[in-house]
Amino acid sequence: MYDLQAAVTQAIGLVAAGDPTLAQIVLLSLRVSLTAVLLAALVGLPLGALLAVARFPGRGAVVAFLNALMGLPPVVAGLLIYLLLSRAGPLGSLGLLFTPTAMVIAQAVLVAPILAALTRQVLEGMWEEYAEQLRSFGAGPARAVPTLLWDGRFALLTVLLAGFGRASAEVGAVMIVGGNIEGFTRVMTTAIALETSKGDLPLALALGLVLMAIVLAVNALAQGLRERGLRLA
Amino acid sequence: MRAPDAILPLRAEGLGFRAGGVAVLQDVSFTLAAGPPTLILGPNGAGKSVLLRLLHGLLAPSAGRVAWDGPAPDPRRHQAMVFQRPVLLRRSVLANLRYPLFLAGLDRAEQDARAAEALALVGLEALADRPARRLSGGEQQRLALARAAALRPEVLFLDEPCASLDPAATGAVEQIIQALAARGTKLVMTTHDLAQARRLAGEIAFLHRGRLLEHGPAARFFASPETGEAAAFLRGELIW
Repeated sequence: MYDLQAAVTQAIGLVAAGDPTLAQIVLLSLRVSLTAVLLAALVGLPLGALLAVARFPGRGAVVAFLNALMGLPPVVAGLLIYLLLSRAGPLGSLGLLFTPTAMVIAQAVLVAPILAALTRQVLEGMWEEYAEQLRSFGAGPARAVPTLLWDGRFALLTVLLAGFGRASAEVGAVMIVGGNIEGFTRVMTTAIALETSKGDLPLALALGLVLMAIVLAVNALAQGLRERGLRLA
Repeated sequence: MRAPDAILPLRAEGLGFRAGGVAVLQDVSFTLAAGPPTLILGPNGAGKSVLLRLLHGLLAPSAGRVAWDGPAPDPRRHQAMVFQRPVLLRRSVLANLRYPLFLAGLDRAEQDARAAEALALVGLEALADRPARRLSGGEQQRLALARAAALRPEVLFLDEPCASLDPAATGAVEQIIQALAARGTKLVMTTHDLAQARRLAGEIAFLHRGRLLEHGPAARFFASPETGEAAAFLRGELIW
């Protein structure tokens, strides 16, 4: 049996003391998830904007597929990347499996459809409003993509934060392709899962507290940006 | 004397437009030359906005064609349009003015010079750094006019630019429109407002149920309309 109160006290102690193991895990989590969101944004935002302005046969099906991908289970994304990167897989020779790079790839695959689908939703309404005026200026759909991305910048920041929230909170994908190796690929979510099953509740709780704090901060930031954006544009 | 970059005269030949099986415009033919403003007049649903979009190239006609008979090689570059509800970018007033100038390939100095001139034309100098969409309705429409004017179009299409404005804002917009006409811009404007047509028109094109019933000098149209529909419209009867 364990003493919950003692575990909480110890956890707060670990956070307050800046425990090096804890700090390393938190920093790796942030590095992996931020890099993954950045990569996903480079693909997802232009793709979403393009889908918002393009009209082609089968567009409805593409949009529906993208929306469905938003619900891609992290373990499935992890499994797909695992198959690609494993020794026998097509990219096995790169030796990326069980490295932070593999974790970045898995989270980017998970987050890119979310960013693309949300971007399309945000920008499609704007395009309906802008289309005639931009065509009057001589700008077609292709030229509209950067215009919409810029004019939607405040809404898109909240889209990015939603993607970061998804990446930093998932456990399945990074567990499968990272392997939860101590000091190398162990991040907050995988550490929480492991320490809980081992019974080391103070470390799991401490990590949980940090993760909660990050998620809350991200949401507060999203809210603030939305309000600022409404005032400015 | 015709300037080498002139696009007028504009010729509409048998223009027709169908949407969802309904004929919105049928067999509309006319020629527009440089000169005082042409007002396209008619009740709601007559096809005025569609005609303007066909002329500006935003819609493709189902029948007939639009021809620019002037010598300029690229007519699209010499026209602009202002819509009933101004479409402003989510940027500052100044950035809104610069945007089409940038697309037209002008360098930054020329963009700034033209933007400043356009702001002065519509009296919005003090608001240059404001977010455009925070302006009042009248200010937004003046900005849309300034943005179109900064392109220095030979032809400016205006689709009911005062339809959602109060009398004071309408007055301000009409003043700008007249200033543009005075500097030689050919205005082609739709309205269902008879009083406004009397104030602004040099010539009238009267549309009714998708057909062009009359086209000629405004003075003649108002004094002695040739068709019963136009006469009824002028008497203020409810025709549609």
